[in-house]
Amino acid sequence: MIELSAKNVRTCSMLGQRGSIFGLALPDLAQQMEHLRVLTADVGILSGLTKFKHAFPDKYLNVGIAEQNMISIAAGLASEGACVFATTYATFLTMRSFEQIRSNLGYLNWNVKLVGSSGGVAMGMSGNTHYAIEDIALMRAVPNMTVLSPADAGEALKMAYAVCGMDGPAYLRITGGLNCPIVYRGEYDFQIGKAVTLKEGHDIALIACGTMVSEALKAAQALEEEGISSTVINLHTIKPLDTAALKQVLERHRLIATVEEHSVIGGMGSAVAEWKALLPDAPPQMFFGLPDAFGKAAEQAYLLEQYGLTAPQIASKILERWREIGG
Amino acid sequence: METKEQTISRLRRMAKEMRIQALQMAFGAGKNGAHLGPAMSCIEILAVLYGQVMRFDPKQPNAPERDRFIPSKAHCVLALYAALQQSGWLTGNELATFEHNGTFLAGHPARDLSHGIEYSGGSLGMALGFSLGVALDAKQKGIQRESYVLLGDGELNEGSNWEAFLSAPALKLEHITVIIDKNKLQYDGPTEEIVPLGDLAAKLRTFGWFVQEVDGHDIDMMLEAFAQREAGKPRAIIAHTVKGKGVSFMENAAEWHHSVLSQTQFEQAMSELGAGA
Repeated sequence: MIELSAKNVRTCSMLGQRGSIFGLALPDLAQQMEHLRVLTADVGILSGLTKFKHAFPDKYLNVGIAEQNMISIAAGLASEGACVFATTYATFLTMRSFEQIRSNLGYLNWNVKLVGSSGGVAMGMSGNTHYAIEDIALMRAVPNMTVLSPADAGEALKMAYAVCGMDGPAYLRITGGLNCPIVYRGEYDFQIGKAVTLKEGHDIALIACGTMVSEALKAAQALEEEGISSTVINLHTIKPLDTAALKQVLERHRLIATVEEHSVIGGMGSAVAEWKALLPDAPPQMFFGLPDAFGKAAEQAYLLEQYGLTAPQIASKILERWREIGG
Repeated sequence: METKEQTISRLRRMAKEMRIQALQMAFGAGKNGAHLGPAMSCIEILAVLYGQVMRFDPKQPNAPERDRFIPSKAHCVLALYAALQQSGWLTGNELATFEHNGTFLAGHPARDLSHGIEYSGGSLGMALGFSLGVALDAKQKGIQRESYVLLGDGELNEGSNWEAFLSAPALKLEHITVIIDKNKLQYDGPTEEIVPLGDLAAKLRTFGWFVQEVDGHDIDMMLEAFAQREAGKPRAIIAHTVKGKGVSFMENAAEWHHSVLSQTQFEQAMSELGAGA
């Protein structure tokens, strides 16, 4: 198993989350797992799967631009004992083949690990058809589906190993591209379903997933400079929710903010809110995410700024709300 | 009244200008990159459609009887925007905003009838079905108009296309003309190595389509094909093309599906097309 070190977190970062899974983790796993299979819908080269394809030709299949067929084939293989990874862009993966995912992987609980790349608005000028703004919402609603979003490329690597060690379907939502910002500088304890506290504070809690974790950390730094003490939680597992960790967070802070590169409808923030609504007494929640709208295509950085998803904007809005609630 | 030779000459000049415009837009897009290979394979197709075959008037963008170009292979966008400029829908200044933040000319077209853009494409395999709805509407209302749908060959991997291919003849929708840009490449390699299409013409004929095959870079051949019809049947034109056609280092090169042009590459490409950079 490849462990994170100061050196290889930089390699992972360069490869990005997707490249770390397909270029590093899976070739390693394939050595020990005879029953490992990797399927793609014509994005093998883009996913960094060229090395895997040449090293393990019998374990690799490109089904062409046919996502529904890919999921169906994955299910068939998994039903006979394979551990199958299936990948394409998050939007096409979760939407074109949603029913196959729901009725094959969810309903029949097959061992297929879905890797959806370019979550959020990473596809920039390719526009709305290529954005995944609702994939977490869709995957969350499928019974038996584990929903994950790595904060950085090193975490993506660890997730690949972790999902091989669990039985049943999982969705790994990849965010960012090459040169993914680094959150973890070395080894740490990663477990599916166990949220990670990256920073301890006591006034406000920022709960983030994916590359927004990096923004949340920067926002927390800016808030410190304003005299506000914040906690930052990496909620890498959106389903099942780490309710024990969330309960502690909600008890100890007077304001929480969820931050995701996903619609404010149905994503990680909604998952937290649904659970929080069951508590008799909980702090108010701010939702940072993408709006419920199809806007004009633009570069990712431009869009994130437009939607208030940069650290300075997040910090500023939190500060304003903190003052409103008498903080 | 133009002779046939004059039409062909005019459309050849239009195609050459469109290639130059495509390169300029792509270079201007900087590190965003652009779909150059896919655009170059359908330049002549769009020149013939926008320069001669389609009936439309930029001063009447909502006219119900306007012919429609519906890009299912929406990553033909560089060729489409160039054709729209050539035929009066867009200005040169607007083309220069391609993939600049704030633009309405993104990497896939977004529906905007005022600029002649009929469909927000980008997700493969969906537009043919859409064109069935447009054609069904025209048939029911007795409106004379044609829908020209551009499909990629790799795109034919998508099952939703085949629902539409089965359905159109059953609905007797003869005013749909599909053009398949058969450049034999998709992202991960040659189409025939990934999901072989086999005898595509035979497949579509058995479904009930009137099918013709042409050289997609031969304007004369295409003009002839667009003039042929078989009563009661939708039409499919299989255009054999070269991905990246017109620029030596892009021809048949899978890596030019979506890529960034360097200064040197831009200058070389422009010089091959006989334009100053």
